[in-house]
Amino acid sequence: MKLSLRIASFSAPIIALAISFGLSSLILLFIGKDPIETFQIMFEYGIKGKSIVSIINRSIPLYISAIAVAVGFKMGLFNIGVEGQYLVGSIVAAFIGSQFSIITPLHILFIILIAVACSAMWAAIAGYLKVKKGIHEVISTIMLNYIGTGLISYSLTNVFDEKGSEYELPRTPELPDTGQMPALNNLFGLEDLQDLHGFLFVAIIVGIFYYWLVWKTTLGFDLRITGSNPIAAKFSGINPNRLIVVAMVTSGGFAGLVGLGPLLGYFHRFTIDFPTGLGFAGIAVALLGRNHPFGMGVGALLFAFLERSSQILDLNDVPKEIERMLQAFILLIVVVFYEVIRRFIVKQQIKDASKKVET
Amino acid sequence: MTQNIFRSIFRRYIVITPILLVLIVAQMEEYSQLTTSGTFGAAIRLAIPIMLAGLGGLYSEKTGVVNIGLEGMMIMGTWFGAWGGFTFGAWQGVFIGMLGGALFGLIHAIATVSFQVDHIVSGVAINILAAGVARFLNVIAFEDIAFASSTASPRITGDIGKLTVPYLAGGNINGEETSNFFGYIEDLNIFLVSDFAGLVLGFLSNISHLTIFALAIVPLSVLVLWNTPIGLQMRSVGEYPTGSESLGVNVYLMKYIGVTISGALSGLAGAYLVIAGTGIYLEGQTGGRGFIGLASMLFGNYKPFGILMGSGLFGFADALQLRSPKAVHGLLVIIAIFLFVLALKTLFEKKYIPSLISLVLSSGFLIWFLNSESIPNQFVYFTPHITTLIVLSFSNQRIKLPEKIGVPYKKGELS
Repeated sequence: MKLSLRIASFSAPIIALAISFGLSSLILLFIGKDPIETFQIMFEYGIKGKSIVSIINRSIPLYISAIAVAVGFKMGLFNIGVEGQYLVGSIVAAFIGSQFSIITPLHILFIILIAVACSAMWAAIAGYLKVKKGIHEVISTIMLNYIGTGLISYSLTNVFDEKGSEYELPRTPELPDTGQMPALNNLFGLEDLQDLHGFLFVAIIVGIFYYWLVWKTTLGFDLRITGSNPIAAKFSGINPNRLIVVAMVTSGGFAGLVGLGPLLGYFHRFTIDFPTGLGFAGIAVALLGRNHPFGMGVGALLFAFLERSSQILDLNDVPKEIERMLQAFILLIVVVFYEVIRRFIVKQQIKDASKKVET
Repeated sequence: MTQNIFRSIFRRYIVITPILLVLIVAQMEEYSQLTTSGTFGAAIRLAIPIMLAGLGGLYSEKTGVVNIGLEGMMIMGTWFGAWGGFTFGAWQGVFIGMLGGALFGLIHAIATVSFQVDHIVSGVAINILAAGVARFLNVIAFEDIAFASSTASPRITGDIGKLTVPYLAGGNINGEETSNFFGYIEDLNIFLVSDFAGLVLGFLSNISHLTIFALAIVPLSVLVLWNTPIGLQMRSVGEYPTGSESLGVNVYLMKYIGVTISGALSGLAGAYLVIAGTGIYLEGQTGGRGFIGLASMLFGNYKPFGILMGSGLFGFADALQLRSPKAVHGLLVIIAIFLFVLALKTLFEKKYIPSLISLVLSSGFLIWFLNSESIPNQFVYFTPHITTLIVLSFSNQRIKLPEKIGVPYKKGELS
């Protein structure tokens, strides 16, 4: 691709960001707040040391969630059910992990494997329903989210609840020390700040693994070719049904890792306060980062930054919900601009090609 | 030949058996709630939002635009409905709710039609946007008002009004109560006849004016989509946009109209939840009903009366969980018998593994039924969602999708 076109393709998210901030500013003006001051307060709060650790912690599950969604997106499969999948995986892993104690690396590996297996199985239901029953994955995964939520709230009170605990609300037993992931603060010399989750390393490995899987393996090739041209993929001998199930299970497997950052690094048990909504946020990040491991990383950091920095707004009498609007604006406008720029680039390439043919 | 006959019997079996089983189980004292007029009345109230969302999906998809954003447009309907209902009154709330939904329909149309963004991507973005916008609006609009929080609005003012048909269902004429014909029959407890009377009574007594308004949209949609020039143009755009263009149809305009109507109907669905239901906006109150509406559209094979049937089914499942968790327990034995017959069916077709699975599941449900008094609340909560999956699993055989569904159309490009 020519340099000018490369620059053009990078301009889409920047334009989208600018427009989104513009729109949010208008809304802030409309409700009688000073937009420049508001964004300044957010920025100053967001770059404090404490905030940065919190932003990184928050971006870990967001990033993994985005990757889970992106695996499906790559072949045109919409796994909207990451939300349910990671919660199902997290609660089972939290419970089983709390029942025994072995040396730390093995214990953590075991918890990870359980979470991945459970979430992948939950996702496999949607794959099965699509292949065998022709139910669109958007409908089935959404329905499975609700079913999963119901099952979780039932099993949390009746099956996985900590026995003989004085605590009023249901929660799973705490993970033993060996099952808790150590923080990284000593490594980076951040002793005076809150814990930086050790799961950061896993997130980075997952990002690299995702890149390898999608761009360097046959499975990844099959995914990409099916996504960009399903008919060509079929004629090249790819079994679409098998691929749908494999993609769904892989996506669900990644989803299993989403809840583990908070679980192993901070909560150490599954409670009613366990973070939800990461699955839906992951969809936004995947769209923003265009399914690219690096782009999604930037997207996850950006969303985590907005979430964290907006926390200060209520103290300044600005509704912090403006951040949700801002995120949603960015998402909607960015998908529009990606399409506009994509069409522009295709047009330019056709022009260039025809010029070459002429000369 | 014989196989064909058997196959057609079995196909109907999927529909007929559950209905028969419900009727039989409803004769038992414990589970009589299954077919009372009260349950049917609740089923109608719960079916209407699903039906409206399904009709919304229909208008959009007939013009070739997939609308996953129904849920988001419904969320806008709930919030704008509640805001309008609180500020101006009930009917105004309905109208404002529709406008709110239509606005988001318009956004979806701009993204998918003018900018050719992938329909599902745009729909997902719409859902996320709507959730954010509703939360933000609720915070700024009801900041200083008592009984409102960041996730709930104050109660709407005014009432939409209810109707009970006189003579047939015991409604009032000039302030005097009249005879209740169907109520009398229902109380006789005759097999089938009384259950049917319960169903009719559900439609005739205590019915919100908004319900009548919503039900009127079903025949109206048949009329508009299949019997008017603009309806023909809308459908042609979903089937063969290039051809329609060549015949002078304004493809973009038709798609815009379809998707905006879709948004307005989903908005109405949301407003219905607030104004004929809870009376306040609550965050997350749509509970996936937009998606269930989409499912009812598929179940109804893209036909308005089919959508009515489908949403009735989902509404029934929803009503049971609200009115009588006990009756949901009765459903367990129905599922067990249904699966048992399914096991026989698959055995007959020489599919041994599915047969075995059905048999195991069937005995599982039977054991569960015999060893329990009721179903845990948390399970009852997802009855409509699991019903959706089960119903779609058995009913997807012969759906006729619009030819160019989900394909972005750009003027002057061959697609």
